[in-house]
Amino acid sequence: MLRQLTISELTGRLARRECSARDALRSCLDHLAQVDGQVKAFLSHDAADALAQAEAADRDLAAGVTPAEKPLLGVPIALKDVLCHRGQPLNCSSKILGQFVSPYDATVVERLKAAGAVVFGRLNMDEFAMGSSTENSAFWTTLNPWDTSRIPGGSSGGCAASVAASECFASIGSDTGGSIRQPASLCGIVGVKPTYGLVSRYGLVAFASSLDQIGPFTKDVRDSATILQAIAGHDRRDSTSVPQPVPDYAKALTGDLRGLRIGIVKEFNIGGLDPEVDAAVKLAVKQLETLGAEIVEVSLPHSDYAAATYYIIAPAEASANLARFDGIRYCARVDGRDPAELNSRTRGAGFGAEVKRRVILGTYVLSSGYYDAFYLRAQKVRTLIRNDFLKAFEQVDAIVSPTAPTAAFKVGEKSGDPLQMYLSDIFTISCNLAGICGISVPCGFTKSPKLPIGLQVLGKPFGEETMFRVAHAYEQSTDWHRERSPLA
Amino acid sequence: MSDFDIHYVAKLARIELTPEEEQKLGDQLGNILGYVAKLKEVDVTGVEPTAHAFPLVNVVRPDEVTGSLPHDEAMRNAPAKAGGLFVVPKIVE
Repeated sequence: MLRQLTISELTGRLARRECSARDALRSCLDHLAQVDGQVKAFLSHDAADALAQAEAADRDLAAGVTPAEKPLLGVPIALKDVLCHRGQPLNCSSKILGQFVSPYDATVVERLKAAGAVVFGRLNMDEFAMGSSTENSAFWTTLNPWDTSRIPGGSSGGCAASVAASECFASIGSDTGGSIRQPASLCGIVGVKPTYGLVSRYGLVAFASSLDQIGPFTKDVRDSATILQAIAGHDRRDSTSVPQPVPDYAKALTGDLRGLRIGIVKEFNIGGLDPEVDAAVKLAVKQLETLGAEIVEVSLPHSDYAAATYYIIAPAEASANLARFDGIRYCARVDGRDPAELNSRTRGAGFGAEVKRRVILGTYVLSSGYYDAFYLRAQKVRTLIRNDFLKAFEQVDAIVSPTAPTAAFKVGEKSGDPLQMYLSDIFTISCNLAGICGISVPCGFTKSPKLPIGLQVLGKPFGEETMFRVAHAYEQSTDWHRERSPLA
Repeated sequence: MSDFDIHYVAKLARIELTPEEEQKLGDQLGNILGYVAKLKEVDVTGVEPTAHAFPLVNVVRPDEVTGSLPHDEAMRNAPAKAGGLFVVPKIVE
């Protein structure tokens, strides 16, 4: 089935003219029409615009444009509803943006298009990327293609579910505390959070600016490397984008782990870790050893403070970033007698409960009298967390752990208790605080019901080559990535 | 967190809450603040704060004129506009 191919398989067929970009898009859109009523990954999609892009790709293919020139030529790729796509609606799965239409393309969208991709659709998410299940979407909850009574993870739940359901060949999301890796893990696909500063955030609606990064969701590690290659690199429109050359990630996919030292984290033996997840990850570690890696125990002594640090820093930054949703320049305005009342009413009516919680929390920890006790202290603990990682990376080339402590949970299971929901990010958030890179790759399934389990591989700052090398070697020595969900 | 005044902080955040929301969010935020208070256990003496994992300083671009959004494009999402300007309630009497 065309839609079930990986990007490298599809681009091979396109280059050999065995199928057209139109066929590839059609296979996705036809399937989307069939299964998205069950998965509910897409908020909307502009089929006519996508078709025009696919036809342009077919003209390029006919003119002899090669994969070396346009590595994603004719590949349908969908976007999380947090990235600006010129002329298309943008809501961040919130009510507050009303009928907003993006006036420009995000840098990643420009780069995907320059690489030949057919960019389409808006994928559901937790409102403003705040959540771990998509239950905080103002529209609806996306469901897991492996079991539609369960959540797909979040906040980029639509991204993960759409790829796992073969509604697109890949998708692009954002990760502030695990929002790419956790849903990738729960939906049985690959998801990458690049090192902070590697991918331009221009055109990404900001949640927590010092933690947000954009990254791909794909069916295998090679496809993620191909997409990251296309979207990474300096952009002068994002002043936090790092001006250094991007290495050739495909060259890192050697399949060989000899000579590498891989760390397992002493402090990650926590309560609440599901026994089946624990067993799958332990088997994966054995497999890495079989492939030639040396396994070393490392210590991240401040791990236990990562969640508390994150839930001060991220809401603080969010409270500042979300101040722009004021009902003046855009938003579904609710009028008031003066601008302050207009702001308060607009935000009271437009923001959902989780966004209100976090903006109010962030406002509090930044307010006069509490700044030092909360925000400044959290920034200092962040330094300690980052130093823990830098020290560990003096001993090892990569670190592995579970991506999430459990497989996909039931819709409604955690939504009543925000703190419980926050703790489902326990293995992923320290990566964002430390500014390093991470990937989730499938590493097994729970028995009954059959739900995917993910292995997280963390790399040094700008250590994507080693991260990809480890994830790829592991993936290629197992069959987990060949499994497709019942709705694929 | 006995001194956490949800009504006051929501006002600072410019978010209008119903009394029911105030009650519910206030309780939940109390729990969360109780949890994050564990950072008080950490000895941070002499530790520099991290604002950004990779702080870049003095990022500038060449001072060149480049293209920008046309005026009407920039205004297209305005909830109320007149004469190419955003309309807001009266600020000064």
